[in-house]
Amino acid sequence: MNLVTSLGERTLDVLRSLGHATFFFADLLRATPAAMRRFSLVVRQIHAIGNLSLVIILASGMAVGFVLALQMYYALVTYGATESLGLIVNLSLVRELGPVVAALLFAGRAGTSLTAEIGLMKAGEQIAAMEMMAVDTKSRVLAPRFIGGVVSMPLLAILFSAVGILGAYVVAVLLIGVDAGNFWSIMQARVDVWRDVGNGVVKSIVFGVICTAVALYQGYETQATPEGVAYATTRTVVISSLAVLGMDFVLTALMFSTA
Amino acid sequence: MTKKGIETLVGLFVLLGLAGLVFLSLKAANLGTFGNRDGYTVSARFDNIGGLKSRSPVRSAGVTVGRVTSIVLDSKTYQGVVTMELDRSVLFPRDSSAKILTSGLLGDQYVGIEPGADEKNLAAGAVITQTQSAVVLENLIGQFLFSKAAEGGSNGAGAAAQGVKK
Repeated sequence: MNLVTSLGERTLDVLRSLGHATFFFADLLRATPAAMRRFSLVVRQIHAIGNLSLVIILASGMAVGFVLALQMYYALVTYGATESLGLIVNLSLVRELGPVVAALLFAGRAGTSLTAEIGLMKAGEQIAAMEMMAVDTKSRVLAPRFIGGVVSMPLLAILFSAVGILGAYVVAVLLIGVDAGNFWSIMQARVDVWRDVGNGVVKSIVFGVICTAVALYQGYETQATPEGVAYATTRTVVISSLAVLGMDFVLTALMFSTA
Repeated sequence: MTKKGIETLVGLFVLLGLAGLVFLSLKAANLGTFGNRDGYTVSARFDNIGGLKSRSPVRSAGVTVGRVTSIVLDSKTYQGVVTMELDRSVLFPRDSSAKILTSGLLGDQYVGIEPGADEKNLAAGAVITQTQSAVVLENLIGQFLFSKAAEGGSNGAGAAAQGVKK
């Protein structure tokens, strides 16, 4: 009987925290216009979230491009279809790897820093102090970070894909010797701006919303201890990554169903 | 870091992202090839459109001159009506023919326009009357098997008749 009781208790807890998170998200969205009026805060956050992630995104993009080109070449050379290398690398990056891998890196790099920052603000009672001074923390602290994340994520995903394609070009054309003309022209003929690049950008916007909102929520709701903050950063990465991968499946099924 | 410094860096970041988007769209996708020049619309009716899709290319002599904009079924004549947008700088005579061809052996299907000999050109909204439908592989195989069977049947019937006679 105890097992059933604890199962019911856990279920209610999960539902309650889901509801709490939804209300948090609604408040965050409601605070966004007020944050846009204090644009300098938003700019500062875009710098902290976006600019400081550039190094890892660009380096990973280039590395993924290199590796994709190599592996796809080995796979295609058995069918004599190496001229499609550019097309395959482009589609893989722009449709899937760009948004998803950039989102996972973003969750790890920017998500944890957001959670830690908000968590430490809460642990140091800065949030409570602000609320005592009738400062709306949602629009002054949380919403600028949310806007910063949602603006940075698509830019980072685009840069990931672009640098990946350039990296693939370096390996395929300059190192392996695939024909440069074919590399670009087949890609240009078969990749559709709206269907492939556009859908990739939409995906990355959705992932940006997910990662940033989860990071902010975990930071806001953390227990005000160092252990609590550590636990919250772990939960941020795990929940963001799982949500990103799940949403990726749903979005891919919606966007790229053969219709 | 000064406020100006931060704003400059963020501006550079956004510019870099937009440059990446422009690169992806122009150099790595098909935005640059079929420009946004005005086109004119023509339509054509086919008995079978095969695997033609919306946004499939329209080519003449292998050069892409337009895109398919919509494909609907005419419920009165049960023909597929393909509407396409052609580049305004390319005009075709009124008796041009439209065929549904496949690029390569098993590639994408496209509409091929062969120019006719009429002096007047197709106007916007005109209908291409000479059309040839897509090749349906099953029909082709069916035809081949049928002709083989007919050939073998006439030989076999002769042999069977001979056998019966014996």
